[in-house]
Amino acid sequence: MGRLGGQRVRQRQAQAERALSAGAGRAVDLLAQYVMNGVMLGLMYALVALGFTLFFGVLDVVQFAHGDVLTAGAFAGLTAYAALVHAGVQSAVPQLLAVVLTATLSMALLGALLGRLLVLPLRGAPPLNVLLATLMGGTALRECIRLFYPGGSQPQRFPALLPTASWSVRRFTLRLDNLLMIVAGVLLVVGLSLVLRRTRLGLAIRAVAQDEETARTMGIDFRRVVLLTFAIGSALAAFAGVMNGLYYNEINFGSGLLLGVIGFSAAVLGGLGSFEGAVLGGFLFAGLQTLGAVALPFASAYKDVFAFTVVILLMTWKPTGLIGERLGERV
Amino acid sequence: MSLRRAGASVLSTAAIAAVTGLLLYAFLAAESERTVGLVLVGAVAAVAAGLRSRVLPRLVGAAGPPAVLVGLGVAGLVLVRVFHDDPFVLLLMARALLVLVACLGLHVQLADAGVPNFAGAAFFGVGGYTAAVLGRGGLPHPLVLLASGAAAAAVGSLLLLPLLRTRGHYAALITIAFGLLFRTFLEVNETLGGPQGLKLGGLQLLGWSFNDDRRLLGVEFSGYAFYCLAAVALALAAVWLVRRVERSWIGVALDAVRLDETAAACFGISIGRWKIAALTIGNALIGVAGGLSAMMVGFIAPNNFTFQESLVLVSILLLGGLGNLAGLAAAALIVIWLPEKLQPIQEYRYLLFSVLVVLVLVLRPTGLIRRSVRRPFGSVAG
Repeated sequence: MGRLGGQRVRQRQAQAERALSAGAGRAVDLLAQYVMNGVMLGLMYALVALGFTLFFGVLDVVQFAHGDVLTAGAFAGLTAYAALVHAGVQSAVPQLLAVVLTATLSMALLGALLGRLLVLPLRGAPPLNVLLATLMGGTALRECIRLFYPGGSQPQRFPALLPTASWSVRRFTLRLDNLLMIVAGVLLVVGLSLVLRRTRLGLAIRAVAQDEETARTMGIDFRRVVLLTFAIGSALAAFAGVMNGLYYNEINFGSGLLLGVIGFSAAVLGGLGSFEGAVLGGFLFAGLQTLGAVALPFASAYKDVFAFTVVILLMTWKPTGLIGERLGERV
Repeated sequence: MSLRRAGASVLSTAAIAAVTGLLLYAFLAAESERTVGLVLVGAVAAVAAGLRSRVLPRLVGAAGPPAVLVGLGVAGLVLVRVFHDDPFVLLLMARALLVLVACLGLHVQLADAGVPNFAGAAFFGVGGYTAAVLGRGGLPHPLVLLASGAAAAAVGSLLLLPLLRTRGHYAALITIAFGLLFRTFLEVNETLGGPQGLKLGGLQLLGWSFNDDRRLLGVEFSGYAFYCLAAVALALAAVWLVRRVERSWIGVALDAVRLDETAAACFGISIGRWKIAALTIGNALIGVAGGLSAMMVGFIAPNNFTFQESLVLVSILLLGGLGNLAGLAAAALIVIWLPEKLQPIQEYRYLLFSVLVVLVLVLRPTGLIRRSVRRPFGSVAG
């Protein structure tokens, strides 16, 4: 009887321990899930922010159509997908390649075009004019998608082109498609950093960013470098747009506006013109959003309100970003 | 003032008011889309000819700007009388005037002090929501309108410190972030009606409800006629206020702050103080316009205060020519009325305006009418 009782107690204890560890485990799982989502979002924001920082680096302008370029990239990719399906190509790998290549290449062209038509002619005008011109150019782009893409005013379903396998550890689910996207995003960021540091083009971009006049006298084709920078930045945004579509399985003509503002906030938080700053700012913003969702569980709808409030506060504290350009005033 | 100059002033004012009134009448009364287009082209041609031949500036000079304001006010009254039973036209007129008031607020901020505000629609919304919440209580409605302005200024004061510490792109980003934040906040906030928004009662003045049709002097007026009159009064008051500000030493200080902060500071002009003044005056104007607009429409929802709408307000400023009140008024009327009168472009209006603004910025950065140069010691400004 006594032995039996002891066994029962031990069983109870084991149960309790399992429950306890499951509770702690659940918290860890949840945390891991949040971190995973945060990393995903952070990479997306960082890619957008890198564009802003590149443009600001070479020309000291803010190209605000950037967010809408992102949307246009996603829609270009979707069009390529529809064309392939129409042509009878069913396998996922060529589809994925076509989507990514169409999106990035067409947006590289569009970005260079925007730079040529909206930004370069306004050099010498007040900086606010460039901001306005690109804001309005972005609005025009957004409206074109809404009005002229078939069904563009409704959210469009984005196909799941990546393998959908997933591993679950208790509550934590690792999805292969997310993992692949993260790897691709990281490779892109690292690749860009290598291009900027190791290639002649990167050298030219850095030279123009540092001192336009000197770069010109050293025989650097200023316009070419600027337009190439716009092409690279816009292709990054298009990639982020495809990532966004694959992640949420849906794209919307207006989604670029918010992503653009988030990317710009991220770039500003990190300090416009700084490569590391843009990446840092992207993850910081994603962290803020995630923190907002976790810390305010009763009001997770307020996560964007929280994130933007913190952005405004941070900018008040460090007006030119965390790794800021130094604004000296000379008379 | 000699009798002859007084006579010239009256005649010139009458001429300006009559021509403007006739053009506005022709535009508002036009039924077919072709007539609307013809009237618009005619108006643009008339203004361009008047400017080129220097007739228009001379007329304005002879009349004196205050007299022109009075003349335009009279023209507004006549238009209200003419369209007394056409609620659609009256609503259009009132809306354009209220948007004009909001743009005057932005004008003080951007054109005078050089502070960008891409959250104009948000401050308009603050005014509207204040009117919706306070209008239910027993507060007299004129006070509610004042409170709308005060609330917009108060909410704007939250942004003062961030805006003073930043400038250029960074300041622009802060207002954009605030505009998005405000709209998201409204959408998720249940107390303020969430995405469905709030309903409002109409404006009441000394027991007289503006919403009811009413017989006055033997004419049956639609309820909107009274809102229109209120909007005319508000717009005139706002133009008068902005002109007073600009033509005083405040205006000189604001110009100095906009043109060169460092030089202004060297001359002992407190940059912070004047930026705060411009932001507060501007937001208060926007808020009052938002309050009256909400009362007139009787309903507000977050969707009325999108970033897109803020951009429309800024576009009006740029299309009219930054710093020019006459251009601003013309641009406000065109931007608000044209899509309503030309139904086929209604759907395409954002696209149209955005392309127009881009073209203006690239080809003619001064806007429709160039900013006039301050003549401190001249007798009359053009």
